[in-house]
Amino acid sequence: MDGCKTNENKMNGYEMNENEWKGYEKINFRNAEELSGLCRSHGLPVSEIMLRRECGLTEVSRKDVLSRMGRAWEIMKESARSPIHTPKKSMGGLIGGEAQLLTRHRDEGKSICGSVISRSITYAMAVLEVNTSMGLIVAAPTAGSSGVVPGVLLALQEEHSISDEKIIQVLFNAGAIGYLAMRNATVAGAVGGCQAEVGVASAMAASAAVELMGGIPSQCLSAASTVLMNMLGLVCDPIGGLVESPCQGRNAAGAANALIAAELSLSGVRQPIPFDEMLEAMYTVGKRLPMELRETARGGCAATPTACSLCGGC
Amino acid sequence: MSFISVFDVLGPNMIGPSSSHTAGAAAIALLARKMMNRDLVRVDFTLYGSFARTYRGHGTDRALLGGIMGFSTDDRRIPDSFSIAEERGLVYSFTVNDRETEIHPNTVDIRMEDSEGHVLTVRGESIGGGKVRITRIDQVEVDFSGEYSTLIVVQQDKPGVVAHITRCLSEKNVNIAYMKLYREEKGSTAYSIVESDDLLPDEAIQRIRENRYVRDVMLIQTQKEA
Repeated sequence: MDGCKTNENKMNGYEMNENEWKGYEKINFRNAEELSGLCRSHGLPVSEIMLRRECGLTEVSRKDVLSRMGRAWEIMKESARSPIHTPKKSMGGLIGGEAQLLTRHRDEGKSICGSVISRSITYAMAVLEVNTSMGLIVAAPTAGSSGVVPGVLLALQEEHSISDEKIIQVLFNAGAIGYLAMRNATVAGAVGGCQAEVGVASAMAASAAVELMGGIPSQCLSAASTVLMNMLGLVCDPIGGLVESPCQGRNAAGAANALIAAELSLSGVRQPIPFDEMLEAMYTVGKRLPMELRETARGGCAATPTACSLCGGC
Repeated sequence: MSFISVFDVLGPNMIGPSSSHTAGAAAIALLARKMMNRDLVRVDFTLYGSFARTYRGHGTDRALLGGIMGFSTDDRRIPDSFSIAEERGLVYSFTVNDRETEIHPNTVDIRMEDSEGHVLTVRGESIGGGKVRITRIDQVEVDFSGEYSTLIVVQQDKPGVVAHITRCLSEKNVNIAYMKLYREEKGSTAYSIVESDDLLPDEAIQRIRENRYVRDVMLIQTQKEA
């Protein structure tokens, strides 16, 4: 059985045997260009190529892979919502309660961002609240950048009444972008700065948002590329060496950036630099960042007099 | 390059705040517990490098203790592991070692003791993104990740023991992914470490134990997550 034979139906894969991995050819891609080629030749969205790659290469059934992603989405939603009602103080004491403040502000009709961005940044910050108070989160791609993807997708889900199934599907799109970043660059702040953590998370969210809102694969990759461009050079400088501040605010910035890039792409604004080249550029910039600005807490925000007085470490 | 799964990108599902300092710490301790596979009365952790400097703010201590009690990286009991350990009567301690600097920055030594006085010390490193490796068992340098089902045979360094192990496994149709042999010095204690994609069958383990040079067998079973 070959679920990829026809191009007539974009979602032809759904007719395949849910319980079997067999029948999925062992497709893989090494860069965004190859991913684009696969999307074109199979007539499938980015998410579906990534999902089939997972089934084929890990020999796990579609049903089981989707159910595992479903579990991740449940955790994401809970971590994005729970601090709104029950704010949590972080282990390091630098953050806590931000999601509730933002929600109140929006509920009072005072948001200047509009509903989608307001919700996105609220949820993104909420996840970091949960993370820093030893709650359960999904690293996406890292714990320090775990708010961006759920923030953007949950806001879009609520605004547009989108089903969980659709969100779970586009999480594979986000996964494809993150996979390329892990494979060809880095997602570690210690290696590439915050641009590699929140920057990549934001690129993942932008690409997934584009597919979710009806964009084609080239628009997904274009949005991801725009994010990397717009967040290029962002340093990793956690106060006291803890994943609290400025990390939480940067998750909000990453969520807003993802929506901006998705909006640009969906409206037809042209992105001149292909994703593969922007990823390489991000990696090169990251490696050239001085050690002080790569998670060592010796530069940037972390080296300000106030940060030093809060930390009392070195 | 090893395979990168979509769940390496969107994952692990973990108790925060840090994949290396919290999730990785829990993962190392959980592996150590599986290796010991006895009810513990005492556990002592020695922390090195970045673990030593930032363990409180990252909850590394709670995660380690949780792992030792069998909690996986996404177990919501991890934040409460101190009180749970006390309820269970498990004595624990954390020691910072900041003298040794020629060591991976996120390293921990875990010394475990059961009520009969059996002691096992395991060294683990948290290498990023929640991935870990075990690098020392008692005094012998080893290297495995626990991502595969892993069989650790503690043996006397004598001819024929490795052949015995592979024969027992092949009789039960186990496909070996990796196999390595480590030892202190010639003729002394050696460790055969076998990693497999599949669960390792009990019959094969029992057969391996029958060899007179085999002192102990530790087993970490890992199934593909569904």
